Amino acid sequence: MKTIKEQLEDIPGTYVFTKERSRLGLHLNLFCTSLLKAANREEFLRDEPAYLAKFPLTEEQRRAVLERDWIGMVRLGANIYHLSKLGGTDRKTFQYMAGCMTGMTQEDYRAMMLAGGRSIEGNRSKSEQKTGA
Amino acid sequence: MAKIIAGLGTSHVPAIGVAMDEGKTQEPYWKSLFEGYGPVRKWLAEVKPDVVILCYNDHCAAMPPDTIPTFAIGVGDEFKPADEGWGPRPVPVVKGDPDLAWHLVESLVLDGFDLTIMHQLQVDHGLTVPMSITCGQPKEGPVKVVPIEVNVVLYPQPTGRRCYALGQAIRKAVASYDKDTKVVIFGTGGMSHQIHGERSGLINKEWDTAFLNDLTANPQRLVDLTHVDYIRDAGAEGIELIVWLIMRGALNDQVKEVCRHYHVPASNTAAGLIVLENR
Repeated sequence: MKTIKEQLEDIPGTYVFTKERSRLGLHLNLFCTSLLKAANREEFLRDEPAYLAKFPLTEEQRRAVLERDWIGMVRLGANIYHLSKLGGTDRKTFQYMAGCMTGMTQEDYRAMMLAGGRSIEGNRSKSEQKTGA
Repeated sequence: MAKIIAGLGTSHVPAIGVAMDEGKTQEPYWKSLFEGYGPVRKWLAEVKPDVVILCYNDHCAAMPPDTIPTFAIGVGDEFKPADEGWGPRPVPVVKGDPDLAWHLVESLVLDGFDLTIMHQLQVDHGLTVPMSITCGQPKEGPVKVVPIEVNVVLYPQPTGRRCYALGQAIRKAVASYDKDTKVVIFGTGGMSHQIHGERSGLINKEWDTAFLNDLTANPQRLVDLTHVDYIRDAGAEGIELIVWLIMRGALNDQVKEVCRHYHVPASNTAAGLIVLENR
């Protein structure tokens, strides 16, 4: 019998916001929270590295923010709802951020959604994907 | 005597709010979604509740990453629309009902549900979009609202079973409120969607349909669903659907489905809506 954590980690292409990710990403997510204020958004956009220097981020986290490496930020502990504040600062939508994380082009992602979205079949578990069941 | 007369489940996709705010509801992408909202707006205008208890989840606008209440309740006179990173939505300030909210606090805490009490709460799309979906674009807040906020962001979210039990406690609490008050309770979020990771874009229509069917007739099946069930089958962010179980728990065992609407896609999401009246 798999533990709940093992079952969650077995879901492909998914990074459940667990205690581990919450701790890893705390300052990255606090940076995103700071962007809830318009004045902070302006300051950030004026000089991104200087603004980021106020937060104790890891080098990897800093790089991921500057490059808008959305999937990278998620892997480094960012939660999508916090990231949406950075997305909003860039005037980007949830659909744009989600599309970027899939590796698909924006056009292909939008077309997939219009056609009914990504199927659950074959996307339930990594183990299922391995065995091709 | 106060009474809950009906429950309403709806998605709260931010793009639906943006489409209304920017006057895009008649564009081909949005038209059929918004057509489906006609019957529910008509129903709510006829029912004319005094208060909506609006169960929703904040998306890290009011709740920062370092403070995460599992359940919270807004007891203020009013709730301002939050700036979520692109400026606040141009919607009216939400009017509260402090008397009912404080009554709920006292009743629920004494009943074993330890809610975080919030005098000030800026409300994000999780609350304002359901208001727009059901009430259109009035100049002023059309009905008083008691917000109940649920953590669905950080694991472990409350279980569906706990949400349902909270709903049952809300039913009891409202029944013991002595002011003549007609209440409709909303459960919002979902339906199937995932907006992070390589699996983004997941939609599971079959699962959503079964959820809507069982909400009326067999809620006990839904109460037994686990975190893994939601996250795997309805998408990581589809776990918002636990909030609908608060609404269902607050209703009678026997309910009548008044109307339903389901549409894919609203941005990344399957947008669902259902109205259930107590029998």
